[in-house]
Amino acid sequence: MITLDSAETDESPLRRPPPSSIRGRLAATILGFGTLAIVTCMLAPLVGTTPISLARALDPSIPFDQNVDAQIFFVARLPRVLAGALVGSALAAAGVVFQAMLRNPLATPFTLGVSAGASLGAMLVIIFGGALALGPFSTVPAASFAGAAAATAVVYWLATRQGHAISTSVLLLAGVTLNSFLSAIIMFVQYLADFAQVFRAARWIMGDLDIGGYDTLIASLPLVIVAFALFALLPSSLNLLSVGRDAAAARGVDVPRAQRLAFFSASLATSAAVSLAGPIGFIGIVVPHLVRLLVGVDHRIVLPASALFGAAFLVACDLLSRTVLAPVEIPVGIVTAMIGGPFFLWLLVRKS
Amino acid sequence: MVTRAQKLTAFVVVAILAFLFAAPLAQSRNSGSAPRRIVSLVPAITEMLFAIGAGPQVVAVSSYDEFPAEVKALPKVGALLDPDTERILALRPDLVVVYGSQSELHAQLDRAGLRAFSYRHGGIATTLNTIREVGVATGHRAESDALVSSLQARLDAVRERVKGRPQPRTLLVFERQPGTLREVYASGGVGFLHEMLEIAGGKNVFAEVERESVQPSIETLLARAPDVILEVRAAGLIEKTTAADRDAWSVLSSIPAVRNRRVLLLAGDYLVVPGPRLATATEAFARALHPDAFK
Repeated sequence: MITLDSAETDESPLRRPPPSSIRGRLAATILGFGTLAIVTCMLAPLVGTTPISLARALDPSIPFDQNVDAQIFFVARLPRVLAGALVGSALAAAGVVFQAMLRNPLATPFTLGVSAGASLGAMLVIIFGGALALGPFSTVPAASFAGAAAATAVVYWLATRQGHAISTSVLLLAGVTLNSFLSAIIMFVQYLADFAQVFRAARWIMGDLDIGGYDTLIASLPLVIVAFALFALLPSSLNLLSVGRDAAAARGVDVPRAQRLAFFSASLATSAAVSLAGPIGFIGIVVPHLVRLLVGVDHRIVLPASALFGAAFLVACDLLSRTVLAPVEIPVGIVTAMIGGPFFLWLLVRKS
Repeated sequence: MVTRAQKLTAFVVVAILAFLFAAPLAQSRNSGSAPRRIVSLVPAITEMLFAIGAGPQVVAVSSYDEFPAEVKALPKVGALLDPDTERILALRPDLVVVYGSQSELHAQLDRAGLRAFSYRHGGIATTLNTIREVGVATGHRAESDALVSSLQARLDAVRERVKGRPQPRTLLVFERQPGTLREVYASGGVGFLHEMLEIAGGKNVFAEVERESVQPSIETLLARAPDVILEVRAAGLIEKTTAADRDAWSVLSSIPAVRNRRVLLLAGDYLVVPGPRLATATEAFARALHPDAFK
């Protein structure tokens, strides 16, 4: 971590490069990472455990309910890849924002209790909610989103008790404590449940992108779009905030407003991602640091680059999760951690 | 390659278990008089005890026990993960039935000088052998032999009924998130559910997977294209199984079972307990898969 901090001061974001050069670097970065993301998302649906013919999948003369290739492509693979891209970019971008806002390289989208709140919501429905299953829609995503929103509200309330501005130290402590507290409730709830439910609950926590349709994807999409629209307002103030709030305030940043915006947009992105696919770990910490090692620390570049790289990374990890041990699947959260962890450590050691 | 690794792991696990549990089992079989105060922490064994006439000797059961009705009046002393050792000891049992993974409890019972009967789920053969062992251990040898013979005869009768009929390729689902196709758990090619399905004249689409359960992706479900989808649910959940829940399958209309409306739901805890009711469960499977054979 010391290495990371000193790396940041070496290339202080306060020493802004001239606008023309940042525009050029931004264009080059978006082109590079964008190409990676698009190529990954286009190749991923073509690969799978079952060989399919794309020509047959797209042939309109075969009725859809008899076209296995089309169903594998459109019902099994495409929603999965799209969900991976959405969740990967949301978690990676939220990670960047939380790390800058909390000025802590160890922050992840799950540091402030959002994922624990989401998990508790999901657990309650999985374990007690059998009777509540209303209509054709599963209540799990809705409940986990509600849990995440509740946790966000509680943490925000705690961190703003002493004034109108967010205290980042209180935010961190409150978030970490809420995480442990909610985890204890989760364990208690699981302890009351029977085996099948506990197993399903444990499986939910490992993350799963096999959503088998577009309903939940369409439900999460507007939330992620709003979060990304808010992210677009953030990069310059994040650059200054990551140096310190006084420095940021001295340079004309409305610190409380910038912090609120960062906190709520990143929490929204995280909640949407977790309600769609469960708390898939490691993306929110590994991708931002990887991207910083590659492109430097300017958030105007790091934020879009992380979103694009996060999408490519999660889609690639999910591809491994569904093919390596087929027909048995490895939960995608295990793959992201097993690939992301060692790769990140290797980069870290090589860089220093 | 993976299968080989799994085989090896399974072999090692079985070898270790055999080593760990063979000795106490042998001991419990050989020791003198029939137990009068039995505590059973395994619902499948509780059913066996009552089915062979050892019910009156049972003084406490696990918190998951619900069958037969007599167990409802008995004290509950925890279960697989949370056995209440103090209460078990306080009941002064002379035989405690534990699950194979409860090694800590087993050690405590050994230290207290109590007989333990250790058991692990397996295939149908395991269940039938266990019924015999339970009979020997509790002094109901004749009844347990008779029960095993009758179960074998009923399974043979099912085999005979469906013999020569085309075997539908069947997906046997025992768990999924209600109303969706997420977290589907299906029977692999090992274990009593798989064996019951094959006796009932179905061909398991995951027969080659050497595991008890598989969590297939939507893609795998589409690719395996089962002729029949048989969903089994423990009782108590079935009231909540609505038409909407079954409709979750309709998005996968290229699966023959979905197209031809052969998604079958069976409910009842007897379907998922590897005990004396497994013949009844096998008969239910066969009726669902081959309704014509039972007309």
